[in-house]
Amino acid sequence: MIDVQGLSKRFGDTAVLNGIDLTINDGERIVVIGPSGTGKSTLLRCLNFLDMPESGRLRIGDLELDVAKAGKADILAVRRRTAFVFQNYALFANKTARENITEALIVVQKRSRIDAEARADEILRETGLADKADVYPAALSGGQQQRVGIGRAMALDTELMLFDEPTSALDPEWVGEVLDLMRRVAERRQTMLIVTHEMQFAREIADRVIFMEGGRIVEQGSPQQLFDHPQDPRTREFLKRVG
Amino acid sequence: MQALDIDYMLGLVPVLLGYIPLTLGMATAAMVLALILGSLLAVERVVKVPVLDTLVMLFISFFRGTPLLVQLFLFYYGLPQVLSFLTQINGVTAAVMGLTLHFAAYMAESIRAAIIGVDRSQWEAAQSVGMTQTQMMRRIILPQAARVAAPTLVNYFIDMIKSTSLAFTLGVTEMMGATQKEAAGSFLYFEAFLVVAILYWIIVEALSQVQKLLETRLNKAFAR
Repeated sequence: MIDVQGLSKRFGDTAVLNGIDLTINDGERIVVIGPSGTGKSTLLRCLNFLDMPESGRLRIGDLELDVAKAGKADILAVRRRTAFVFQNYALFANKTARENITEALIVVQKRSRIDAEARADEILRETGLADKADVYPAALSGGQQQRVGIGRAMALDTELMLFDEPTSALDPEWVGEVLDLMRRVAERRQTMLIVTHEMQFAREIADRVIFMEGGRIVEQGSPQQLFDHPQDPRTREFLKRVG
Repeated sequence: MQALDIDYMLGLVPVLLGYIPLTLGMATAAMVLALILGSLLAVERVVKVPVLDTLVMLFISFFRGTPLLVQLFLFYYGLPQVLSFLTQINGVTAAVMGLTLHFAAYMAESIRAAIIGVDRSQWEAAQSVGMTQTQMMRRIILPQAARVAAPTLVNYFIDMIKSTSLAFTLGVTEMMGATQKEAAGSFLYFEAFLVVAILYWIIVEALSQVQKLLETRLNKAFAR
């Protein structure tokens, strides 16, 4: 279980996260929606310490910490319990598709090369990229790169997978294959926290949808509740605009 | 104008070729050491360890700000007077040491620029999977920075090969020192120094070919 309490973050004078409280159950798939610049990405990045949260408490499985007092070891521990899928894929440019997956398994998780490569090949098959194992990112399409990005995150077997607008940078022709792969990840009851603008996809796979604005969680509920019967006027306004 | 003594020049070539191992040996040793030291200095300049950062900046400033020849004299003739354990230092060691420190200072700045140039997404991806700072640098950032820095670093190596000629001022008989001796014996200064100039030139040209191969290899991952 993941428990976030009072998570706050400022950039200069601007508060980006205003005391976020959020409990995520094991296997729960949560989609975060909301206007841009409302802290959705920052929330995800703070949960992986890519951005440093300023205050709040964080519990991921057996790890519990006060984020304000997080030292180097705590930061690594949190990162090793969460996996991140980036909007711009962020594959290691000097590594092949297979090496992108094995890298952290070998270097961070200290698994043997043979073991890591077997896992990578398994994942490349699942993501439909078995024939691209030895190809470098520069020679892959956006959709293929993002599938490797998701594969790299899957391989880590973390308690939480964070998806930061994984299809926003893609040409429309590649969005489908990436969403398909995410559906497959969701089917395994992997705990997922997804920021996306794909409302139809959110409705399909989310156990819970969260609407954020101004660095706060304004409203949350099942997809039916949130999309069909939004309670807060700000949610209604947003859904009208995007829908 | 007198005609060149071609026979003398041809005769000199095999003599000087015998000194190539020493010249290239000093350059290679200093290059390897300078690369290691330069990378460490560069990483420090990026990470900025308090106090150490000031010392590193001072080091780079001094070794870039003073002539190599002055540094070599300082090491070989000067330091042993204050540090008695250095009295045994030989010219080759002093030359390699001087070349290393001098070129490490230059390389540090090029490598630092290349490191900073590595896309932000690469740093974030390495952090997100839980790599330590050292793992991230060694496995992801430095290999990518190397590709950017390679042409400049090879240039420094070329400069370094030519700079080994200064070792003759420390009494080392390397290619330049040998030429000097030969010329002093024959009085054919123009012929002797022309031969050694051409030899340096050929070595550097050969290295430029290696540079092309190296760049192709480093760019492998980035070919579409």
